[in-house]
Amino acid sequence: MKQKLVVIGAGMASGRVLEHLRDRAPDQYDITLFNAEPRGNYNRIMLSPLLSGEKTYAEIVTHDDDWYADKAITCRFGEHVVGIDREAKTVTGQNGTVGYDKLLIATGSAPFIIPVPGKDLPGVISYRDLDDTNAMVEASAKGGKAVVIGGGLLGLEAAAGLALRGMEVTVLHLMGHLMERQLDEAAGYLLKKDLEKRGITVLTKAATKAILGEDHVEAVLLEDGTVLDADLVVMAVGIRPETRLANDAHLDVARGIEVNAQMMTSDPDVLAVGECVELDGQLFGLVAPLYDQAKVVAATLTGEEAAFVPKELSTKLKVTGCDLFSAGDFAEGEGREDVVFRDPSRGVYKRLVIEGNKLVGAVMYGDTADSNWFFGLIKDGTDIAEMRETLIFGPAYQGGGQADPLSAVAALPPEAEICGCNGICKSTIVNAIEGGATDLGAVKATTKASASCGTCTGLVEQLLQVTLGDGFEMPTAQPVCGCTDLSHEDVRRLIKSQELKSQEAVWQELGWKTVNGCHTCRPAVNFYLLADWPLDYTDDPQSRFVNERNHANIQKDGTYSVMPRMWGGMTTPQELVAIAQAAEKYGATVKVTGGQRIDLLGVKKEDLPAIWADLNAAGMVSGHAYTKGLRTVKTCVGSDWCRFGTQDSTGLGIKLEKRLWGSWTPHKVKLGVSGCPRNCAEATCKDIGIVCVDSGYQIGVGGAAGMDVKEVERLVDVPTEEEAIEWTVAFVQLYRENAKYLDRAYKWLAKVGLDWVQEVLADPAERAALVDRFDLSQSVYQTDPWAERARPEVAQSFQPLADFTLEAAE
Amino acid sequence: MTWTDIGAVTDVPLRGARLVKTHAGCIAVFRTAEDEVFAASNACPHKQGPLSEGIVHGQKVTCPLHNWVFDLNTGEAQGADEGRIAVYPVRIEAGRILLEISALQNRSAA
Ligand code: SRM
Ligand SMILES: Cc1cc2nc3c(=O)[nH]c(=O)nc-3n(C[C@H](O)[C@H](O)[C@H](O)COP(=O)(O)OP(=O)(O)OC[C@H]3O[C@@H](n4cnc5c(N)ncnc54)[C@H](O)[C@@H]3O)c2cc1C
Ligand code: SF4
Ligand code: FES
Repeated sequence: MKQKLVVIGAGMASGRVLEHLRDRAPDQYDITLFNAEPRGNYNRIMLSPLLSGEKTYAEIVTHDDDWYADKAITCRFGEHVVGIDREAKTVTGQNGTVGYDKLLIATGSAPFIIPVPGKDLPGVISYRDLDDTNAMVEASAKGGKAVVIGGGLLGLEAAAGLALRGMEVTVLHLMGHLMERQLDEAAGYLLKKDLEKRGITVLTKAATKAILGEDHVEAVLLEDGTVLDADLVVMAVGIRPETRLANDAHLDVARGIEVNAQMMTSDPDVLAVGECVELDGQLFGLVAPLYDQAKVVAATLTGEEAAFVPKELSTKLKVTGCDLFSAGDFAEGEGREDVVFRDPSRGVYKRLVIEGNKLVGAVMYGDTADSNWFFGLIKDGTDIAEMRETLIFGPAYQGGGQADPLSAVAALPPEAEICGCNGICKSTIVNAIEGGATDLGAVKATTKASASCGTCTGLVEQLLQVTLGDGFEMPTAQPVCGCTDLSHEDVRRLIKSQELKSQEAVWQELGWKTVNGCHTCRPAVNFYLLADWPLDYTDDPQSRFVNERNHANIQKDGTYSVMPRMWGGMTTPQELVAIAQAAEKYGATVKVTGGQRIDLLGVKKEDLPAIWADLNAAGMVSGHAYTKGLRTVKTCVGSDWCRFGTQDSTGLGIKLEKRLWGSWTPHKVKLGVSGCPRNCAEATCKDIGIVCVDSGYQIGVGGAAGMDVKEVERLVDVPTEEEAIEWTVAFVQLYRENAKYLDRAYKWLAKVGLDWVQEVLADPAERAALVDRFDLSQSVYQTDPWAERARPEVAQSFQPLADFTLEAAE
Repeated sequence: MTWTDIGAVTDVPLRGARLVKTHAGCIAVFRTAEDEVFAASNACPHKQGPLSEGIVHGQKVTCPLHNWVFDLNTGEAQGADEGRIAVYPVRIEAGRILLEISALQNRSAA
């Protein structure tokens, strides 16, 4: 007698099972196939081309009515299975019960819906089946705005499809970069850039708080208070294995239905396949492993030996024009080595992760032509020792005497483009070199190669090396650090000229060799970005040294010092009382500093927010004694008290400090204002020192009294206090915009020359523009960091994450 | 193995760290840009610099006091510096950080 097989779910996995089963043993089973969707098997992964209009439904149907009829499969489409009775061996659908000898559960996954208010409003759609897709197509016909929640594969495919259908699309992604499970930050950045080119807005670190609307969705509210108008909301935040039936039937279920390598559940007569299963803690969300599972299911059902072994997986995104690929394990790790290749002009990024002599992971963006070859190397565990040097250039460069890395450049065809900005190919450059252009400057001058953005400089130098052999000496411009060959000056120039506004943009467009820099370059790049793009870039605390992140000076024993501002060295009895009380309360040592203020030393990190709140309450703000920013403005008593004082040096000092405080600068900036040439405020050894005289103000710059002792050089003499302030602010901004990170003003001046600075600042329009740009930056950065961090939500982060010493004491 | 929930992954800033206090000393819990989590001794072998205050780059951390760099996988100091910090098993489950603390408990009991 024929055995009875019941299959629940007509999806991609069970479809494949039925094909194999009918091929192997056409007559072994009477088959009944349930499907909740009112249709049979179609290619679910082609829903995205369907959404974008690149395919029609007819093209993606895999099994039509004729196929089911031909294979004698009883179809119960549009019917939910509502229960399984394992004792009676029956399955109950909405329209009746049927018995089984073997049962196959293939219920796939259910989209995860984030539990926010408004999630059930009409116009909120998940992305899983044909009905969802049709609903999106219909909604998009009216145009308008769509918000896609979730920047993973599904969300982005939905976003691209809706954009092609003419909607204005915003993607919200909770994490810092798109598709974080498949891509690293660099590739995520390129993807974001490509999507933005298509008019899609991408908001990362965006947490949805609620979906708003009366009787249809109208807007999405984010945690940070942003409100985005929306006529359609697509929720694509992830999937959860559909295990409800199995749960109710008391099969072993973890996150998915637990199966063994034969795809049998805890009941040997019940098998499961597809996204609903879990094997050894692993879930499966792509079709490749499901197809392998399907083979095993067919074998098990026909009594043959087979075992499912999960293999390496690779991912591609089906958005036309966004070429990305990721496979294997691309996390950094012990004994792992990264090979990174970036071609900024073409938007190409490739990263290989090598462990021992094997390739274990790969991420590529922009050029995925060789991805299958790399994927093969990963899957097969090929020994790549022989081709390590040229591996990243792909299969074309393998074999035959290519061990020297320079030979990759030598092997480029004559028409290969070297300089993307100016469209200069290899042969033009080689001809120029052979014609006598034997250094970089000469090649630039004769061919224009590397004369624009400069990122192909390395390639041009390699061509010089290849063409001239020993006749060429590599120039030694001091690079920022091991992560790049560019100098600080180059990085600053390129950030401005290429309008790079994020760290990822810098890493990618300037060809960084590491994933996210190191302790040397990251603080520098963070400063350059915030100095040049105060409104677009947000300061990144994780790219700052501890003092600037914790807004206090760390001491040798791990405690901190706390130093409030005393504007121009002036204080009041009330402030002194508050300082004294704080010192007592938090057990701090009190010291008068060399900068005319009071330091509270030895404060515990956990106490920082509290002591700040106390000092804030007495009207004091951070003294920034820890920043590359404005430190103190030392003053003398001036015309207010001193018998020699010519101008109000104390008043001017206070005005300057109030104008400049909070700004970030390449290195620390200290000011001094003395009331007469006796110079009691030591103004002549400060970064900016003003000496008041009868006729006005002498402004000196570039002084120091630290590791080097320098006397200021005279920048200008001005008659009024107003001009003294204007010149000072303009000078600080010029320094902010041009100096190398960690160059004090005097070091910068030695490089650019005081003449140049005077020339720039002498132009009133230029001065005014610099002042405007400074004030713009201050509109963002002149806030008291203590007040921000004394707020309870933020203060929490100064406490330990967990404290087991308390627990045990209880 | 005793896996203990010490907090949400998002409690630790990306490319940053937080401190966990135990009887056997402080542990720094790091979160990389790629959302991986590592746990290691908080004390730098050089002069006890608090590593949880260092800059996290790739899978490394730089000590805030004198810039020694440690690989968070092995705890080995990088480059010319010699030294090692203890590393502890840690994993992420459903957005929570689980730390294996039996080693620390044993040590404090002993
Ligand atoms: C507190 C104070 C010493 C004091 O007790 O008076 C001090 C303390 C530190 N100074 Fe200073 N400097 C202090 C006035 C000075 C002065 C005098 C002045 O400003 O009139 C100088 C010389 C003037 C100058 O800067 O040109 C000075 C030149 C330095 C230098 C050398 C800078 C240089 O470019 O050569 C450093 C190192 C650095 O910044 O890289 C430094 C660095 C430091 C650091 C921040 C070291 C560090 O990174 O941890 C010290 C913090 C100690 C701590 O644990 O809190 N400190 N330091 C003074 C705070 C002044 C204030 O109110 O803000
Ligand atoms: C838009 C989109 C794009 C994708 N792109 C890719 C890609 O590019 N590459 C890739 O590898 N994968 C992709 N996937 C994932 C892939 O489609 C799934 O991994 C695959 O479809 C899972 O197959 P399955 O048979 O386990 O489940 P499904 O194909 O979901 O089939 C399960 C079926 O069971 C039915 N069902 C559930 N419960 C019951 C019940 N109680 N009674 C009756 N029937 C029930 C459901 O209605 C459904 O039809 C994509 C998925 C989507 C949605
Ligand atoms: S001179 Fe400055 S840096 Fe040196 S020990 Fe004194 S406070 Fe510290
Ligand atoms: S204490 Fe860590 S490097 Fe000195």
